[in-house]
Formats: sequence, C-alpha cells, structure tokens
Amino acid sequence: MVEFTLPANSKIKRGITHPRSERTNNTKSFKVYRWDPDSGENPRTDLYELDMDRCGPMVLDALIKIKDEIDPSLTFRRSCREGICGSCAMNIDGTNTLACTKPIEDVKSVVKIYPLPHMPVVKDLVPDMTHFYAQYASIKPWLQTRTPAPPDRERLQSKEERARLDGLYECILCACCSTSCPSYWWNADRYLGPAILLQAYRWIVDSRDEATGERLDDLVDPFRLYRCHTIMNCSKTCPKSLNPGKAIAEIKKLIVARR
Amino acid sequence: MSLRTPLGRAVGLGSAKEGVSHWWWQRVTSVVLIPLSLWFVFSLASLVGADYQTVVDWMRSPIIAALLIMFVISTFYHAQLGVQVVIEDYIHTEWLKMASSLALSFVTAFLSLVAVVLVLRVALGG
Repeated sequence: MVEFTLPANSKIKRGITHPRSERTNNTKSFKVYRWDPDSGENPRTDLYELDMDRCGPMVLDALIKIKDEIDPSLTFRRSCREGICGSCAMNIDGTNTLACTKPIEDVKSVVKIYPLPHMPVVKDLVPDMTHFYAQYASIKPWLQTRTPAPPDRERLQSKEERARLDGLYECILCACCSTSCPSYWWNADRYLGPAILLQAYRWIVDSRDEATGERLDDLVDPFRLYRCHTIMNCSKTCPKSLNPGKAIAEIKKLIVARR
Repeated sequence: MSLRTPLGRAVGLGSAKEGVSHWWWQRVTSVVLIPLSLWFVFSLASLVGADYQTVVDWMRSPIIAALLIMFVISTFYHAQLGVQVVIEDYIHTEWLKMASSLALSFVTAFLSLVAVVLVLRVALGG
C-alpha cells in the first residue's frame, strides 16, 4: 500500500546551526538538507546565515559560498551556472528548480533547500538519477530512419517542421518536472514521467524520424504513458518554462488519431 | 538484490500496447454524463411533490426509460474506470491490486444491472 509516513531512518532531524562569521545587517538564512550515507545517522537540516553583501544573487552562489567558506562537506551537483546543464536541480522553497537560475531574493524568509523529491539520495543534495536516465535510454532518444541519408548533405527539414520542435528541444533533462509529479512518485518503476515523455514526443514529432509508429507502440501502456492524470505540476515547475503536460496530451491525441 | 542493468529494469516487461480504450471511454462517458446528469437532476426537481402515478407514467415513456438506463450505465462504467486508476496508482501489492480490480468490476457491473432491471420493471410495468 501507500506509505504516508517516512520510515524511521528517514525522519529529518534538526541539525547544526552554523554561527554567522561576519557582522552585518544584510544576512539571509539557508536551511539545507544534509545526509551522509556513511554516518549511519538520520538526515538533518543545517542552518547557515550568510552575509548577502558578499554573496552572488542566485541560490547556487549561496551554496558555493557555504561550501567554500563554512562547510566543505556540503555536497551538491553543479556545472554550467547558467541553466543549461540541469545539474543543480533541487527543491528550493518548496519548488523544484535550478539553483543557478533561482534568485535568492525571490524567497522572502529562510531559504529551504532539499534534494529533488522522492528520489533515492546519494548524499546531501545529490539524488540518484540512474533509473531516470535508464528510462530516457529506453525511449531511444535518437533519430531512427529507414531511408539512407543523402550522400552529399544532411537530412532536410522545412522551417515549419523545425518549428514543431520548439518548446521540446530546450529540455535539459534536469528532472524537476518528473520529481514534482505525484504519479511519478508512486509509480516511477513503470511510469516514464513528464521529462521522458516530453523527450519521447520530441522524436515523435521530428519530421525526419521514421519510427513514429514504433515509438507510439512502446508508449501505449497503462503505466508508461497513461499514469499521467494531467496534474500539471510538471508544467508549473519547469525551470525552462516548457510544457511537458501538453506534450503528453499530444502523444495521447496521436494514439487516438491512429486508431 | 538484483544485478539487472538499469535499462533492463526500466524496460521491464515491455509495453502492454493497450490503455487507449480505457482512456477513450473515460472521456466518452464523462462527455455523455454532462447532459445526462443535468437532465436527470432537472427531471427529478420537476417531479418534486408529484404523486406515485405521475412518476411511474413519466418512466414508462420509452425515451425516458432509455435515457435513465443510459445514465445508469454511463455512471457505473465511468466510476469503474475512475476507481480502477486509483487502485493502480496506490495499491502496490500485486495480489491486493488484482483482488481490488476484480471486486470493483463485480460491484459496478452488479449495481448497474440492478439499476437497469429496476428501471425496466417500472417502465414495462412488472
């Protein structure tokens, strides 16, 4: 059945309150989820108070400042710091988003930072993405054709055909949408989730792809596709302002259209 | 413990290649139920205070009886499709999921049959 409460070893305890290092009036508090698999202890939330006069504007800047100046054991993923790699996806102020594009001043009180919801945690803010990436591989996210490529040039696409990929190709697979979806929380073992379904649709509508039917065949399944109940958390939370909910609806429409 | 690869686990038993008719009929029954429910509520409201014979005469019209049967079947079918989704969403113990689905199908089929028989009995004057 459904587990409504956390198992005893997952209950989050109050952690360390790190003292403020500098004297200033312009400070901001950050409450950060911490868990170390080697310690054998329960997760905890540590509190850090930062001098905002000496901190960059984004939540990622604050995390880097904490790691550099207060607590080098704080663990998180980050790379591009401009919202294109998707590494720093986490739950900030109750919403899944990218730490690098989330302004600290958007959060009025304490900035609460947790890993992406309902994912196995590797350490602190780092979730285990293995299954998510395996699901991505399972939809064969590459161009499949039977017609050989023209020998002297690339496969052509009209401007209108290319325009159909707008709003899809921008997805960076940060998993903010999938991990905000209650259906994905309960049934991630079989439900593909909004991110993977948006990617699947990206190949379904690609005019150069010749495996559209097979792609749809692979999705027609009570769990893989139809666990989507149009809750729309995905479209609300997407840090790239994409609309996975609409992409899933388009897949469902195509499946009806070919009946 | 399993040494299966992540991709093997994600692919699982493969696609069931069905689910579209469930999705389609859930939409069909919801669309049909909009006018039928409105009609049913307004009809009952207009029969408030009417005597027994008036209501029986109303139900004896073939059109009314057919609409009532359609309303009852759509309602129970829609309910069955909806609760089926809830069961699949939340029950993760395989045997309990199967037992709940079977019980649900039986209960909704039985209740809709009872309702149809009752409408027919009044309409045909049993």
